[in-house]
Amino acid sequence: MEITTPITREGIAALPTGTLVHISGVLYTARDAAHKRMVEALEAGDGLPFDATDQILYYVGPTPAPEGAVIGAAGPTTGYRMDSYLEPMLQAGIRATIGKGQRSPEALETMHRHGAAYLLATGGAGTLLSQCITACEIVAYEDLGTEAVRRLEVEAFPCVVVYGADGGDLFRQGQDDWGS
Amino acid sequence: MREIQAADITEAIARMAREAGCVLGDDEVQALERALEMEESPQGKSVLEQLLKNAQLAAENETPLCQDTGLALVFLDVGQEATVVGGDLSDAVNEGIRRGYEEGLLRASMVTDPLLRENSGDNTPAVIHTRIVPGDQLDIIFDAKGGGCENMSVARVLKPSDGTEGVIEFVVDRIVNSGGNPCPPLVVGVGIGGSFERSAEMAKRSLMRPLGNPNPEAHLAELERDLLEHINATGIGPMGLGGKVTALAVHVEAGACHIASLPVAVNLDCHSHRHRHTVL
Repeated sequence: MEITTPITREGIAALPTGTLVHISGVLYTARDAAHKRMVEALEAGDGLPFDATDQILYYVGPTPAPEGAVIGAAGPTTGYRMDSYLEPMLQAGIRATIGKGQRSPEALETMHRHGAAYLLATGGAGTLLSQCITACEIVAYEDLGTEAVRRLEVEAFPCVVVYGADGGDLFRQGQDDWGS
Repeated sequence: MREIQAADITEAIARMAREAGCVLGDDEVQALERALEMEESPQGKSVLEQLLKNAQLAAENETPLCQDTGLALVFLDVGQEATVVGGDLSDAVNEGIRRGYEEGLLRASMVTDPLLRENSGDNTPAVIHTRIVPGDQLDIIFDAKGGGCENMSVARVLKPSDGTEGVIEFVVDRIVNSGGNPCPPLVVGVGIGGSFERSAEMAKRSLMRPLGNPNPEAHLAELERDLLEHINATGIGPMGLGGKVTALAVHVEAGACHIASLPVAVNLDCHSHRHRHTVL
């Protein structure tokens, strides 16, 4: 299914668990160190360095861009490390996150309460995924290097909905179907 | 004493880091191709196809396979009849990492202090394991070790009565609990015996073996086959989305241990299994 950002809660609700989506539009990036700073900023009442309303957050720390390219390799990092930061990010308006690997039961409960989804991009396909990224600019925390918050423009960025707003769990389903 | 120039060590490390970051080894590509033939789940096949395409593009464009270009891990076997001249051995290695990561546009992923967490900016320092061995050569292995799979690794000292069954249960339990986090299909390194820390080092060293080459000891080769079968029966599959291929290979190394102990360590490597070997 083709989707574009920004995306509303209703837009997320229309993506059942297991759906292959191609995202076009804007993705914001953040991983461990940027999440720590953003949540501290929210707690201090300073707000986020970008408007998170109806946005998708991509957990990634890219390699440096080669000359003439907008970004280097840019595949997903593991999502569970951001579980403890998820509630304030969803409260701020984030509708979905992109990463790889399972999330905690607490994170799933948080997502369910906010009608949010978790999308999986293929871990380790950094060069392949970077080809869907058409623009990249740093919006905050440049001193964090690869962990700075970036605004990406993407075209047909491929993901699969692993935890949809319908409460499904593609990891569990896959293991049930293929385990013996 | 045979003299080995520090500058040659730096050059070799820089070259290995650049190559390993962008070009998957032939053994790893072949293992992914075999996995694609074996895999039955549509999600799993789709992941494996993307990984093979990614490997091809990365090699052609000389761009990193994965954005996590790793902690720089260096194994040095120093011949006791060799001596390093023109600089300090550790400095030569770290200069090679600095240069290779900068020239190869690889990611700086090291923080200098685990609690203060400030990025060193050039992916140094490397984690270096040095052994003194017979001969007059310097044997170097460079490994780019990703954080996602390293985070799922574990070590424990079991009881002797736990035996082979206990080892299998411990390893398979680790794989199940890791799920999609370490980026399956995995290369699973298992170290059994030695001491607490030696088991972990053996697990890591086992990952440097060419993929799927069995342990020369018959009972350990049999254990590798049993573990692979158990792991692939979990159904976790590529990226944890379900499937027949959760691991590409299991490598076991074992060593002597205390009469009271059965140390076991599991060190996981992701499908982006990147290392290089050279001898100076």
